[in-house]
Amino acid sequence: MNELALLVAATLSAGTPLAIAGLGLLLNERAGVLNLGAEGMLLISAVAGFAAAYHGGSEWLGFAAGAAAGAAVAAVFGWLVVWLNTNQYATGLAVSLFGSGFSAFVGIDYVGRQLGEKTAHAVPVLADVPFLGPALFRQHPMVYVAVALVAAAAFFLYRTRAGLVLRAVGESPQSAHALGYGVRRIRLAAVVTGGALCGVAGAFLSVVYTPLWVEGMVAGRGWIALALTVFATWRPGRILLGAYLFGGVTMLQLHLQAQGVQMPSQFMAMLPYVATVVVLVLISRNPLWIRLNMPASLGKPFFPGA
Amino acid sequence: MIRLDVRQVPSLRMSVLSPIIALAVTVAAGGVLFLALGKDPVRVLSMFLVEPFNGVRALTELGLKCTPLILCALGLGLCFRSNVWNIGAEGQFLMGAIAGGGLALWVTNASAALSPWVFFPLVVVAGAAGGAAWAAIVALLRDRFNANEILVSLMLVYVADLFLSWLVFGPWKDPLGFNFPQTVQFAAATEIPRFVRGMRLHWGFAFALVAAVLMWLFMFRTHRGIQLQIGGPAPAAARYAGFSSRAAIWTTLLISGALAGIAGAFEVTGPMGQLTPHVASGYGFTAIIVAFVGRLHPLGAVLGSVVLSAFVIGGQLAQSRVGLPASVSGVFQGMLLLALLGCDTLIHHRPRLARWTWRAAP
Repeated sequence: MNELALLVAATLSAGTPLAIAGLGLLLNERAGVLNLGAEGMLLISAVAGFAAAYHGGSEWLGFAAGAAAGAAVAAVFGWLVVWLNTNQYATGLAVSLFGSGFSAFVGIDYVGRQLGEKTAHAVPVLADVPFLGPALFRQHPMVYVAVALVAAAAFFLYRTRAGLVLRAVGESPQSAHALGYGVRRIRLAAVVTGGALCGVAGAFLSVVYTPLWVEGMVAGRGWIALALTVFATWRPGRILLGAYLFGGVTMLQLHLQAQGVQMPSQFMAMLPYVATVVVLVLISRNPLWIRLNMPASLGKPFFPGA
Repeated sequence: MIRLDVRQVPSLRMSVLSPIIALAVTVAAGGVLFLALGKDPVRVLSMFLVEPFNGVRALTELGLKCTPLILCALGLGLCFRSNVWNIGAEGQFLMGAIAGGGLALWVTNASAALSPWVFFPLVVVAGAAGGAAWAAIVALLRDRFNANEILVSLMLVYVADLFLSWLVFGPWKDPLGFNFPQTVQFAAATEIPRFVRGMRLHWGFAFALVAAVLMWLFMFRTHRGIQLQIGGPAPAAARYAGFSSRAAIWTTLLISGALAGIAGAFEVTGPMGQLTPHVASGYGFTAIIVAFVGRLHPLGAVLGSVVLSAFVIGGQLAQSRVGLPASVSGVFQGMLLLALLGCDTLIHHRPRLARWTWRAAP
């Protein structure tokens, strides 16, 4: 029973960076921009967050630095894609390739460094509830922040005027433009916000989750977060569900290994990637379902003059 | 304030100039970076731009690096032009390496008396089969289940990497290798023939050049090749003309998978001579940049591979000589592609100086 509680706790922790990054990418995509640079943004913000937390001695400084780095990289991406109308796929790939090289380059001095003592977190009173306490209420605050962010994003998208405009830009930039909305500005704002969220996720990985900086430590989570937006059919609530599902798969693999299940570790480590493919297949099987839910202008450039 | 006006006709001149401008921007940014790090920018930049071309031996090493890049980029160019976003060439490369390496291992263990010239075509077939099979998964899932090929092909890179790792840590590990994760050294019979004894450049390079010419013929001189390319920019027109997008998915993925697989097989039976986890060296990702720098054109891929190989070699030199991390090469590669995509705007737009106003950029 206690073991199960720990497994749940670890799952929530593993799912948190995926949820935050997935949410950021969802906001991008709702505005019609597909950012394949997620992996690169996560890597750069992971190293930025780690460096800030290492020198500044504060996790929150790390998150802030991660968010700033993610937003900065996303701004470059956004400028290229939204203003210069470069191909979104190619530009995103470029950001991912640049991010993996750049993060390895600037991070080389931080390999093997340790952050200070990890503080234990507990929600007062609730943390002492049997089972539920260790499972849910002894998490890093960012785990709860992620849930709050998802709720806030859902409220923003479906209950506010600005959210409606954002969705309109993603569905039909021409109509939004005709109504007088600055499609490019809105898209750029969405991209930068998404980048900042990816940045927080990257910093969470290196500052809280691992907590270490190693070259390539994001290990495909940026791509998995992209897959999550498809899995969630572009709805915030389902991002959270998907993120915990993937977190569970990651943890299950470690748990099975700890239980002494006779299977080579490499095959266990394949699980999250294979699971992503399987989930994509299951969710995409019905093209109509995807087409109904996908923002109609996703990946397509917008020319205000046209 | 610079404004961009849409050109009526895309500029051919800019499409050729853009990679050159991008390269200049990258080199300039690199110079500033090295200066900031307290290194002599001229000396370090010459490691990237001059030394890889300096002398016969350096040139043969350059050709050695070009070989996998050309092969992977040829297939990727075909895919991208057809609007099939296969970004998992690295995984297909690894599966080709495993297939080619497995064949070499089998020949080695059987101590078969074989001429390297007999083995050469066999290793090509094995590599092509390994890479194409891996890409076929992407094609199947895209065709049958509509699964996004970008994400699937990339996820399969991680799977292939772990599979290779399992092989060299497990069943294929050299029993006398002091527990290092590597197979035995392959027998001499499995080595790809080299041009000159003592140089690592092998006949795979010639194979890659021939493949580039064949790819050019296929893309621009056959009905099928033109069909595939129309499906990219104008899917509706292609559908109207009766070209099947399903066939495009299968054809492009199988061809690019096979080429990447051959590249992997050459790498392990050529310079490496055994399977180790280091087979995964990122050629499949670098080839994406090669393909774009080469304008998604087969002959452009050859030129692009020269630039990117020089970057890879320059990174190694910068590491051994002035103690920069080898990942500086990755920084350059990413910068080059970003700069290139930015410069490509000039193909479709004409920059014009305009007075700055708030309404200027809606």
